[in-house]
Amino acid sequence: MKKLINTADSVVEDALNGMAAAHPSLLVRDRVVYRAEGPRAGKVGLVSGGGSGHEPLHVGFVGYGMLDAACPGEIFTSPVPDQIIDATRAVDGGAGVLHIVKNYTGDVLNFEMAAELVEDVRVASVLIDDDVAVQDSLYTAGRRGTGATLFVEKMAGALAEAGAPLDQVALVAGEVDERSRSFGIALTSCTTPHAGKPTFDLPDSDVELGIGIHGEPGRARGPMVSARELAGAAMEAIHGDLPLRGDLLVMVNGMGSTPLMELYIVFAEVAAFVKGKGARVARSLVGNYVTSLDMQGFSVSVCLLDDTLTRLWDAPVETPGLRWGR
Amino acid sequence: MEADVFVAWFEAAARMVHDERDRLTRLDAAIGDADHGTNLDRGLTEVRAALDGSPPETPGQVLATAGATLIRRVGGASGPLYGSVFRQMAKSLESPVTLAGFAAAFEDGVVALERLGKAVPGDKTMVDALTPASRALALAVRDGVGVREAFRQAARAAEEGAKATIPMQARKGRASYLGERSVGHEDPGAASAALFMAALASVVA
Repeated sequence: MKKLINTADSVVEDALNGMAAAHPSLLVRDRVVYRAEGPRAGKVGLVSGGGSGHEPLHVGFVGYGMLDAACPGEIFTSPVPDQIIDATRAVDGGAGVLHIVKNYTGDVLNFEMAAELVEDVRVASVLIDDDVAVQDSLYTAGRRGTGATLFVEKMAGALAEAGAPLDQVALVAGEVDERSRSFGIALTSCTTPHAGKPTFDLPDSDVELGIGIHGEPGRARGPMVSARELAGAAMEAIHGDLPLRGDLLVMVNGMGSTPLMELYIVFAEVAAFVKGKGARVARSLVGNYVTSLDMQGFSVSVCLLDDTLTRLWDAPVETPGLRWGR
Repeated sequence: MEADVFVAWFEAAARMVHDERDRLTRLDAAIGDADHGTNLDRGLTEVRAALDGSPPETPGQVLATAGATLIRRVGGASGPLYGSVFRQMAKSLESPVTLAGFAAAFEDGVVALERLGKAVPGDKTMVDALTPASRALALAVRDGVGVREAFRQAARAAEEGAKATIPMQARKGRASYLGERSVGHEDPGAASAALFMAALASVVA
């Protein structure tokens, strides 16, 4: 294993120090990343969090138009209640706080515990579960939260910035999740600093279909084929679950070690698929946004837009990971 | 049973999890995200530090300290889940602690775990090791078995329960995302739960 780290134990701490040093707009305190300017009176606060290793999610999305605070856990491990409690209290501007939680057992448990313990702040929460690879049934922990988390953080962030009340921000956040679907494919596994070797072995001839964002194996293994066929497989899975129609927000997301050039090759195929279904790519995002350390591969996330959601997507945003219009 | 037995339990658990850290992480790499051994090792190291810092005077205080530390320091699912077992035990345990009292408190802890994790036996989780252990303790109480033998039987039941997760398809937790591919692997949570019970058996000689 070759990694740009000091020690495996200090990876999260060292990365947060780097973020603080690089971005004066951020404040890092007790394992929570805040906007440096603090809460704004009357604005709903947005708090998210989850395991580290998915950067820029979530810490890179703290700033104007998105999150007020992010709570990074250890690599692929949810944060602890204390972090979430601190963040929730600190970002409350009197209008309450929305917790944006990806649907994983650990994230759900820790956010629930924190929400129960913060009795002095009004807290609402939205669960992100956009990954179509997992069937939501009694036989699973439910669908995972993946790429749509970025959509929710952006759009709910814009709404909160505009002064909407907590129940409305929570409602729209849930709506964005319901209108979004994702599917991921891995060409390689990833290596966590502590394990020191890839989480699973994947020969050059194979890919993992239906992966999450923690380097875990997917639902099935398949042959390594062309970008066209892989993009087609991802889009068929999404389209089969939520038929594509009208204006779409489409993200082709790299898992950490995929060249941008390849992501654009995938995007061309995704766009052709969308056109073939009679829908339209109205907004797009291509790059590494919701990653799995050094995994090679991609995920596609699609959101069915309407006028309100398009306006919220287009609203100004200024964070280390996403910025436009300001 | 006095507080020192419970302190020794967590010290033994910390030692055993540390020694088995790589095995737990390997099990987790097969059907999860390869961090169970690391996280639990980190959490139990913190528990030891907390117990060393201000040695609690009662068994209930030991369990409450351990539970709160696991919830506050581990993160992920295993921190809150293990933490809830010990916190519930701390609430249920009456002093002086008898085997029957321990068995009843342990059962309450497992019920709290099932409620929080929404898992039942057969889901391929730590419940599959802890439920048989709880049953073994109850049977030992009924049969009037001594503490030492009761804890041994509980440890054996937990170990068998963990091994019995191998052919199961996971219905809870991260392994459930794998569907049928989770079959054929021992559940890392059940494996660490069996270590906790082995640690308990090791401290009552």
